[in-house]
Amino acid sequence: MSLERPKDRDSAGVQRHSADEIADLLGDLVIGREEHINAPGYVIPPDAVQETLSLLKNEAGFDHLSCVTAEERADRYESIYHLKKFDDATQEVSVVVPTAKDNPVSQSAEPVFRTADWHEREAYDLVGIDYEGHPDLRRILLPDTWQGHPLSMDYDQERPQVVSLREGANPLQEDHRDDQDSETMYLNIGPHHPATHGVLHLKATLDGEQVADVDPDIGYLHRCEEQMCQNGTYRYQIMPYPDRWDYISAGLLNEWAYARAAEDLADIEVPEYAQVIRTMGAELCRIAAHMLAVATFALDVYGDFTAIFMYGIREREKVQNILEDLTGQRLMFNYFRLGGVVWDLPEPRDEFFDKTRDFLEELPEALEEFHDLITGNEILQARTIGTGVLPPEVAKSYGATGPVLRGSGVDYDLRRDDPYGYYENLDWDVCVEDGCDNFSRLLVRMNEVEESAKIIEQCVDILEDWPEDERNIQANVPRTLRPDDDTEIYRAVEGAKGELGIYIRADGTEKPARFKIRSPCFSNLQTLPEMSNGEYVPDMVASLGSLDIVLGEVDR
Amino acid sequence: MSSDQPFVTDDSQVLTETRDARMAGADDRFNSKLREAFGSSPFILTKFDKFMNWVRGSSMFMLQFGIACCSIEMMHTYAVKHDLDRFGSGVPRASPRQADVIIVPGTIVSKFAPRMKRVYDQMPEPKFVVGMGSCTISGGPFQEGYNVVKGAEEVIPVDIHIPGCPPRPEALIYGVVKLQERIANGESSPVVVKPYELEQFGDLERDEVVDQLAKEIDTDDLVMRYNWADSP
Repeated sequence: MSLERPKDRDSAGVQRHSADEIADLLGDLVIGREEHINAPGYVIPPDAVQETLSLLKNEAGFDHLSCVTAEERADRYESIYHLKKFDDATQEVSVVVPTAKDNPVSQSAEPVFRTADWHEREAYDLVGIDYEGHPDLRRILLPDTWQGHPLSMDYDQERPQVVSLREGANPLQEDHRDDQDSETMYLNIGPHHPATHGVLHLKATLDGEQVADVDPDIGYLHRCEEQMCQNGTYRYQIMPYPDRWDYISAGLLNEWAYARAAEDLADIEVPEYAQVIRTMGAELCRIAAHMLAVATFALDVYGDFTAIFMYGIREREKVQNILEDLTGQRLMFNYFRLGGVVWDLPEPRDEFFDKTRDFLEELPEALEEFHDLITGNEILQARTIGTGVLPPEVAKSYGATGPVLRGSGVDYDLRRDDPYGYYENLDWDVCVEDGCDNFSRLLVRMNEVEESAKIIEQCVDILEDWPEDERNIQANVPRTLRPDDDTEIYRAVEGAKGELGIYIRADGTEKPARFKIRSPCFSNLQTLPEMSNGEYVPDMVASLGSLDIVLGEVDR
Repeated sequence: MSSDQPFVTDDSQVLTETRDARMAGADDRFNSKLREAFGSSPFILTKFDKFMNWVRGSSMFMLQFGIACCSIEMMHTYAVKHDLDRFGSGVPRASPRQADVIIVPGTIVSKFAPRMKRVYDQMPEPKFVVGMGSCTISGGPFQEGYNVVKGAEEVIPVDIHIPGCPPRPEALIYGVVKLQERIANGESSPVVVKPYELEQFGDLERDEVVDQLAKEIDTDDLVMRYNWADSP
């Protein structure tokens, strides 16, 4: 069985800690207990963050800081650190850090987990919590000159704002002024640049042809997704937004993230038939997303709209046609509903199955073409093998997930490790490559397309044989959902780019009180300086392409 | 052709021989509607600006400019199957200085608007703007967001609006062809919204917001001021 973990990393071998054992481990640090639906929560004082997290990381093995949620409550500010284990994603723990309303200062977790750097900057930017000991606490999504913290309670949205168009300054100039030999040059890449895959701005400092320092500047597509979701009702108004986070046709994967969190929050059981349809649709999306990733990666490395890009789009068009038959839309599907999907497969069903099978039949040939053009090409190999190296330990500390992490040899895929949908009952493999370089990440994506095709094929067979009177596409869900007051949940699924998590806090109304999106691209992009500093500029562009970020999800 | 009358074509010979030859067999490469209409005369009489408009509309260089979700559909429109190049408008240029048309494919947020304005300013005249998707019309699904500019027209003038979230490639092609038609006819669009401008910080009217930022921004820095309360 392919879904079993390799022998040496059997999840049964990972030590499980009960809630009380962790409480014993933390001892006096814990000043209160909470119960989140996904994990036990431990309340700690704001000056014990580092101590608590290092205990959990080193003594109990919680080495994955998945997400940092910040929120303002009626009487306090709160930062929640959602921890997991890379070896067993079902083991979770939440660390809750309350801070006073008048002086929201909390210790930074950055020395323990590198990924906390950006997460805490975002928390500071949007909610207004101060992190003591943070190396570089400034705004990350909103412009530097923004006034107020938009997700805090007393924010006035009508207030005028002034945004400046300022030249970037060379951060290294001061150090290098006296040294004649190593003059550095400051270079803006983006926000409008063909290699940045959207509106990303890289502040690069070059030493000759080499990158001395690169600082990704994001927020050029910060569309207030969290605010939009907090203003929408659970049942219908939130579902259209996930499509627009990762908009590279990965819509159904994103919808699943919200659906999974909200279903677990409201205790909704999804019929098995709907789960099979979801699994099939999600994997179709994954193929479309990876195809674009491969196509644009080739575009970045070769530098022109050549055949590979066109072939990638050609395959995507086929997938999009199938998805359009299924959902009625090419890109923004809005197909999932809480408790199932919106409608059954299109009639005549045989035609739909034939079309899907035709696509799957032609896919190996198309992939062969890709392998001929890309992975078998010496030029691309020379450009990608051994460049953009991301060692597994570094990837883990930055919370990288998805193909980026699997390209660094870490065997972590939520579809298998924290099973949902119908994946458990299907036969497929998790693709891992241990080259840690740009080439490995490319290979992981290409191989995952094959695995997705295997999954779809099995789903089509299952759907075809499903008895006609048992085709239940939706559970019985009340028209207005009001999850219990003060329930909290953090749930993640394996999106196209990695672990896409949703944190929801319900307050007894039909809208979420806090809706936090843990975007895989946000964490993955943080690794760019690690991969690029000291490398050549073109290799940085290749690394950026191999990260496969999508700015809609980085900025939300 | 006689050299004493340089500007008069004696087309009696040409009409009978050359045209017949070209239309009827020996060489029918030029057997087109145009040839029929113009005869074999080597001159086309038209107004120069009309000619320029026709040229402009028939060969448009698009700016390679991706913002959000719509840019994915825009890429599909450029690529196989839809192939916008068929309509003489599919050459994406990476530099704004080489582009005639900017398709604005996505949501514009406060941090990006000054940059987009700068890119637009760098394009040579005459330049045209296609607003793709609901976000460039009104902010679309994100209209109520604290950070979202309520439409591209708040920043730059827009010639063609293409509704949809996102519009299908067919819709984008329709919009671009409509733009070509308008350019060829020499039509231009009125600007209906007073756009946000880039101005020097020192020129802003002093009020509470400006006072608070006075320490952070130099007076000669270019800034864009958003009056969210007055947004349409």
